[in-house]
Amino acid sequence: MSDLSQQSIDSIVSQALAAFAAARTTAELKAARLAHLGDKAAIILANKSLGSLPKAERKEAGQRIGAARAQLNQALAAREAELAEAELAQALRDERIDVTLPVATSPQGAPHPITALMDLVSDAFVAMGWEIAEGPECEGEWLNFDALNIGQSHPARATSDTLFVEPLDNHLLLRTHTSPVQIRTLLDRPLPVYVICPGKTYRADEFDATHVPVFHQFEGLAVDKGITLANLRGTLDAFAQAMFGAEIRTRMRPHYFPFTEPSAEVDLQCFVCHGESVGDPERPCRTCKSEGWIEWGGCGVVNPRVLAACGIDTEVYSGFAFGMGVERTLMFRNNAADMRDMVEGDVRFSRSLVGTAR
Amino acid sequence: MRAPISWLREYAAIPAHVTGRELAELLIRAGLEVETVEAVGAELSGPIVVGQILRYVDEPQKNGKVIRWVQVDVGPEHNQPHPDFAQGCREVVCGAHNFTVGDKVVVSLPGSVLAGGFEISARKTYGHVSDGMICAEDELGIGIDHTGIIVLPAEGLEPGDDPFEYLHLHDEVLDIDVSPDMGYCLSIRGLAREAAIALDVPFIDPAQRSLGADTPAGPVAHEVVLQSPDCPLFVALKVTNINPEAPTPMWMKRRLVMAGMRSISLAVDITNYVMLEIGQPLHGYDANALTGPIVVRKALAGEQLTTLDGQLRQLHPDDLLITDDTGPIGIAGVMGGETTEMTEATTEVLIEAANFAAESIGWTLRRHNLPSEASKRFHRGVDPAAAYAAAHRAAELLVELAAGELDPAETVAGGVPVPPTQRIASDLPARILGVEVSAARAQELLEKSGVRVSGAEVFELAPPTWRPDLRDPYDYVEEVGRKLGFDTIPSVPPIAPPGHGFTRPQQLRRAVNRAAVDAGFTEVITFPFISAEDLDAMGVPADDPRRALVRLANPLAETSPYLRTTLLPGLFGAVARNTSRGNDDLALFETGSVFFAREGNPAAPLPAVDHRPSDAELAAIAAAIPTQPRHLAAILTGAWQPAGWQGEAVPASWQQAFELADQVAQAVGLQISRAAAASAPFHPGRCAALSVGDGNVVGYAGELHPSVVAALGLPARTSAVEIDLDALFAAAPGSGDIATISTHPVAKEDVALIVDADIAVAAVQTALTAGAGPLLESIALFDIYTGDQIPPGKKSLAFALRFRAPDRTLTEAEAGAARDAAIAAAQTATGAIPRV
Repeated sequence: MSDLSQQSIDSIVSQALAAFAAARTTAELKAARLAHLGDKAAIILANKSLGSLPKAERKEAGQRIGAARAQLNQALAAREAELAEAELAQALRDERIDVTLPVATSPQGAPHPITALMDLVSDAFVAMGWEIAEGPECEGEWLNFDALNIGQSHPARATSDTLFVEPLDNHLLLRTHTSPVQIRTLLDRPLPVYVICPGKTYRADEFDATHVPVFHQFEGLAVDKGITLANLRGTLDAFAQAMFGAEIRTRMRPHYFPFTEPSAEVDLQCFVCHGESVGDPERPCRTCKSEGWIEWGGCGVVNPRVLAACGIDTEVYSGFAFGMGVERTLMFRNNAADMRDMVEGDVRFSRSLVGTAR
Repeated sequence: MRAPISWLREYAAIPAHVTGRELAELLIRAGLEVETVEAVGAELSGPIVVGQILRYVDEPQKNGKVIRWVQVDVGPEHNQPHPDFAQGCREVVCGAHNFTVGDKVVVSLPGSVLAGGFEISARKTYGHVSDGMICAEDELGIGIDHTGIIVLPAEGLEPGDDPFEYLHLHDEVLDIDVSPDMGYCLSIRGLAREAAIALDVPFIDPAQRSLGADTPAGPVAHEVVLQSPDCPLFVALKVTNINPEAPTPMWMKRRLVMAGMRSISLAVDITNYVMLEIGQPLHGYDANALTGPIVVRKALAGEQLTTLDGQLRQLHPDDLLITDDTGPIGIAGVMGGETTEMTEATTEVLIEAANFAAESIGWTLRRHNLPSEASKRFHRGVDPAAAYAAAHRAAELLVELAAGELDPAETVAGGVPVPPTQRIASDLPARILGVEVSAARAQELLEKSGVRVSGAEVFELAPPTWRPDLRDPYDYVEEVGRKLGFDTIPSVPPIAPPGHGFTRPQQLRRAVNRAAVDAGFTEVITFPFISAEDLDAMGVPADDPRRALVRLANPLAETSPYLRTTLLPGLFGAVARNTSRGNDDLALFETGSVFFAREGNPAAPLPAVDHRPSDAELAAIAAAIPTQPRHLAAILTGAWQPAGWQGEAVPASWQQAFELADQVAQAVGLQISRAAAASAPFHPGRCAALSVGDGNVVGYAGELHPSVVAALGLPARTSAVEIDLDALFAAAPGSGDIATISTHPVAKEDVALIVDADIAVAAVQTALTAGAGPLLESIALFDIYTGDQIPPGKKSLAFALRFRAPDRTLTEAEAGAARDAAIAAAQTATGAIPRV
């Protein structure tokens, strides 16, 4: 018969505890559990032998064994948790990766900077409640010239300036500005109109660092009752601020265009130096060439002759229009050095603005 | 127009303290584009003085030159002691011979700096120490003449004097790009007037001598007959007995050079000088070379003329000519002819000061491509009232400078046209400019510009003869605005009515661009010009719609005279440029218009511009304009994924071309169906027709035909896609409904079918989908097997089907029945047999 004395039970417990503590892995601990808490384990056998004890001793011995088993189970669970934690920690150490490995699995795309800029301009005007108007690039000569008060003898109508479709007397051409879209707008839409016309334009121009024969413009047109030159100035200021910052202003210098009267050239206050580079050789500004202003485009009050060609009552309505070059804007806004890069399709050009503000 | 400020000051009382820069700012504000303000003579410095020749010796040199060893009196301040001359002198070596003892010259002494930064020092040359230099024109920056030194007049200047003022060495020149409506500013007269208005100082008109209302009676200088309304006025004066050897005075030369013209001969210089000053182009004829009366008329068929530049020119019936009994002697206002040209022997000059219609000159200018100082002015409008004064000014100068005699008989043919008047509401300037400007102030500003204003509520406006640009009501509005200054216009944003945002096509276009970028493609923009050879290289057949080419009359390059009907040639070029620069792994795309010629190439009309064109006219324009759908095309070469630590490179292929098509279509809510197709420039076995809806083909994608790749020198296996976006957008659905989300479990069924090897996967999948019925949630191909376990000529396709009901958990029987129905449908449609 078993020895169920306190001393004997203590001995069993201390052997078991030593075995649990000695286990260095969950597998060893499992073996120790089988040895010390399994069916053949001393404490289990002791428990089974309780029945053979005299009744008087049975209760006390039962309590001793019960306490011992509880102690062992607790120790086992604690050791199990300890080992599991250690093993997880080891696994996490072992599974460590180099987080700097390149992971790209598909190429990175990019919009063309011209497209991105035209979208930005469109967004600025849509936010003002304007709409986007469009028209064909191959256009009727009447829409591109006559309707815009550009008479037959105007030099812009020479084949040295404008690309015409063959034969010449079909009166078709590649639009030289997006202004024919203004004519289409005035012919097609009910008044008032507030539209911006971004698009591709063509001229029989040189192909060099600052000229491309295929380029992009955006033009704005507002025709409403009571439109003034002051409204034009307000629009240009609002647009400049949307594009270049809240404090930026524009300036108008008188100029001549057949389709506007009065006409002006619009300059943008330099958004880099804010004019502080003017007369300060210590602080040259490459964006405005230290002039404080950047030539941006043309503008003016719509010539009533243009409205008349579209059947609009010039006693009731007046309007303003303005136009800027997208390539030129990109050049001073993003320091693009050579316009030729914009049409040569080199992926490095298109990708160069990836990761910058739109 | 280059305007020396000293010249402007002769007619505008510009205060002495106003600098060139300040004047430029004022003129810019008035609408004149002052491009530069050039300080001339600023680089000259040091002792440059008047000298008088005391003695010289000609000394032949070994190199064949004869130099002069000169003693020159340069005044007590600069003279050095000399044994032979009590007052002292300087000794210099000079290469020129156009002077003699007693002549006064310009001497630059050691320490002075001449034009081009040339520093003068005492230096040893030709066996002497030359203690300075006697100056020629070019060395002082006065002109380009280096044939001799400057000989000053005998009187008025003494040795040691400062020659700067006499020679007009210091000045400031404004270079102004005059806009087409300001022709009157192509003259000192016009610019001085604008400067005087801007500064509010007095102005003296250099063209004050005005023609009386009546043509003077009596003898004429030369008979002139006007036969065209394009020449309303012809003034001619004759100056006889001029000294053909008289030189152009220094001050005139100096001004011509500063204004950007060359000094040629006195008579020619005078006509140019007066043109610059008054703005009236003049022509001088050798009066003895004229035969019979001058007739101004349009050219006759077949007429030709050798112009002053030596070119024989065929004349057009709309060219306005100056003729005499011998035929044409000049193209009016553009260029004179050789036969009546003034020469070095001319002693009798007939001065022409005529007025020609701007429009007529413009056409002739364009036809003959003959821009000249005269035609530039006539094309922009010349003040007819200044012709008479200009002719007299030139005659006076010939009398004064060339000792000529003015024939008192004058020719004045025609008269000064009265410019059209205009009526405007007196508040129109304020209403259009959006600025506070009273009627009285507007009147004052207009009167400053020379406009005669009468009336109160309505202004009656009579423009001055020099302002042909003042014509329409808004022209006067602009004049008021310019004189007020555009910087006084307030900034008042208009209130646009509520807009409707982007249109659907505009939204879809952005969605498509974004989808292509997100798919890993880089956008490029290329020139839209192609050649027929581009299409040949692509293997495009003769009857293909892409052969409906629009040709340009004046293409940028004759090698690419057509507008593109496909975006691919531009992308091929972009690939070539990129690969030549070492960018080998490419996924490029472009969106843009392509152009298809209209059947029969109809012409577009040019309707009148004083009213809206008729609907028929607008329809005719619309019908003539080529159709211009918007396309998207992409091209792939090199590696889609480069080789890396994960493994081998994934080459770009037809797969990504197909995938881009799918993603672009999905971006606008559409599913692309692909069917095998044979379309140029694609590989006939690797080309898909891309369709949406009921087989509506919107484009093609695939791998390029190997012979196209070879012909174009592209990398092997280059793949591409081109889609008609307009057609795609036309099929795009509107806004959809949110799906009802079923929370019931999914039932998964796998199906393996054996079909003939040439059956398209899509055909099987379509049949399975149709047969499976509404419970089918999704279907996906997960395996293709060919090999020993199935008969030859067959393939096994394995699909994963997922079924789900919105309202209940499907039983095994229900899912099985749906699966069996799917198989049955595939069996019927494609002969598929379940693989056991």
